[in-house]
Amino acid sequence: MSTRYLPLYVTGALLSLLFGLGAIQFDGFGSMRVVLNLFSDNAFLMITAIGMTLVIISGGIDLSVGSVIALSGVLCGLLIGEYGWHPLAAFALILPLATLFGAIMGMWIHVYKLQPFIVTLAGMFFARGLATMLSEESIAIDHPFYDAVADFGFSLPGNAWLGTSTLLLLLVLVVAVLVMHYSRFGAYVYALGGNHQSAELMGVPVAKATIGIYATSSFLAALAGIVFTFYTFSGYALTAVGTELDAIAAVVIGGTLLTGGSGFVVGTILGVLMMGVIQTYIIFDGSLSSWWTKIVIGLLLFFFIVLQKLLNRGRVQHA
Amino acid sequence: MKLSTILATGITLSCLSVNALALTIGFAQVGSESGWRTSFSESVKAEAKKRGIDLKFSDAQQKQENQIKAVRSFIAQGVDAIIIAPVVETGWKPVLREAKRARIPVVIVDRNIQVGDDSLFVTRIASDFSEEGRKAAQWLMDTTQGNCKIVELQGTVGATAAIDRAQGFNDVIGKYPNANIVRSQTGEFTRTKGKEVMESILKAENGGKGVCALWAHNDEMALGGIQAIKEAGLKPGSDILVVSVDGVPDYFKAMADGDANATVELSPHLGGPAFDVIEKYLGGDKNIPKLISTTGDLFTQDTAAAEYQKRRLQ
Repeated sequence: MSTRYLPLYVTGALLSLLFGLGAIQFDGFGSMRVVLNLFSDNAFLMITAIGMTLVIISGGIDLSVGSVIALSGVLCGLLIGEYGWHPLAAFALILPLATLFGAIMGMWIHVYKLQPFIVTLAGMFFARGLATMLSEESIAIDHPFYDAVADFGFSLPGNAWLGTSTLLLLLVLVVAVLVMHYSRFGAYVYALGGNHQSAELMGVPVAKATIGIYATSSFLAALAGIVFTFYTFSGYALTAVGTELDAIAAVVIGGTLLTGGSGFVVGTILGVLMMGVIQTYIIFDGSLSSWWTKIVIGLLLFFFIVLQKLLNRGRVQHA
Repeated sequence: MKLSTILATGITLSCLSVNALALTIGFAQVGSESGWRTSFSESVKAEAKKRGIDLKFSDAQQKQENQIKAVRSFIAQGVDAIIIAPVVETGWKPVLREAKRARIPVVIVDRNIQVGDDSLFVTRIASDFSEEGRKAAQWLMDTTQGNCKIVELQGTVGATAAIDRAQGFNDVIGKYPNANIVRSQTGEFTRTKGKEVMESILKAENGGKGVCALWAHNDEMALGGIQAIKEAGLKPGSDILVVSVDGVPDYFKAMADGDANATVELSPHLGGPAFDVIEKYLGGDKNIPKLISTTGDLFTQDTAAAEYQKRRLQ
């Protein structure tokens, strides 16, 4: 029982430690503003990583998310910036399209018994290629709706700002937690990752679940792409290169087993916050190389993989 | 009594001077993708150290999201001013509005940004590309007394640097009736492409006879062009004059060897002017032009050997 939550506690403790360290060392670090910046700066990554958590818990992987973010952003840029669509109309087209894209990947994985790795790798190249073909240039989005989105939010004490992106993220998070723990679909996701064959025997509709999982992941990636356009007011084919790997790292640091079957959406949020705090710490310091972010995340990943291995061994011996 | 007064005054003064000196400035750099970019970063760091500025340096690894995060952290940290060397032109409006709300002045260096509202940044400090073209052309016209058949290696199609350099150059030679560009093609700013294109130009121009000068939009293409001229059996630097823009060490070597004639330096030393502007702005002088040009000097063979030694060691 307690081993299931252990990685979560470890991540939480490390996160508080690092944040505390920053707060002691730098003026303005231990502020509401920095905390909320962590959420709004990383909202797109968190939304993506929530989708990735589902996929990884189910025993799969989705490498296409970074490219889907870029494609979604470029489509926003083209439809809104070039063709003068209303943003809501553009979103209403982009989100179902992305969901379909994910569903097709899920179908391939299920029907042809293909490795998720290779199918989503193909999806990654396809989406990035398409995005770049649509526009090599970054397209500016200038629409009153975007100004309204940027201005919408709640002012909190300490010069903090609870904006649209963070609110959207919180909504996604709540829905994801509810789905994962209180719905049949959530139970299917855990069952698939635990043991594919016994899941089938137990009557899990594997086809539906697999397609649903990848469709959800692509949907969330496209939503993240939209959130990213709120962040930059533009769509650009070269955004979010390598974001799929950041998302996977966050999921693992957040305590989800890479082999599937166990993990928490909330842990993933902690994982992203961890990466964000490291980055903020390095920027506040101002003299450390930004590549330290990658080095520390590499070490953390390594540490968590070993931790998972040890915990798993413990579980097997107990059984 | 007297002593304590002196002491007190001394302490107050030193506090004041510390306060005046210890500016904290955040610098959001693109990355370290080229030699020029690295010398740009190093130059800003050195200049900050010289002035006693506490510089917060952030390398965005070529990602705009990292740059925006860095700028937002600078704002949260309450720095006195922010310098941004933007990776792309679009997407700066929200974060610049946040900086403005926090009353932190922002200076843009190098590449341009697209924001509708000019008041979101203090100024942009960059080299004026058309000025570079004008300087190169003026040197060539002075050297050839305005009699010259020129071939041109253009930069990447659509790049601001290529468009503006060509325009500046053409503005000047337009005043000389006996000077004209006989061939013009893109070499995409690279050495290999520059060589390839120059080879075909020389073939088309009767082996290069009658061509008086090569004008390249950057040193890399010029170096490729020099190679092609040599292979065609001509002597670059005397049979065909070579003039370009950038001032990379290899080109200084080519000038020292007599293979090239002149280049306009694209200065990586943007830190000094940026800090000057910030100090002026924070000092209360808000009357600052929206574009500050830092066009470099033109270098010729006369100083090439010495400059090459200096630059190679950097």
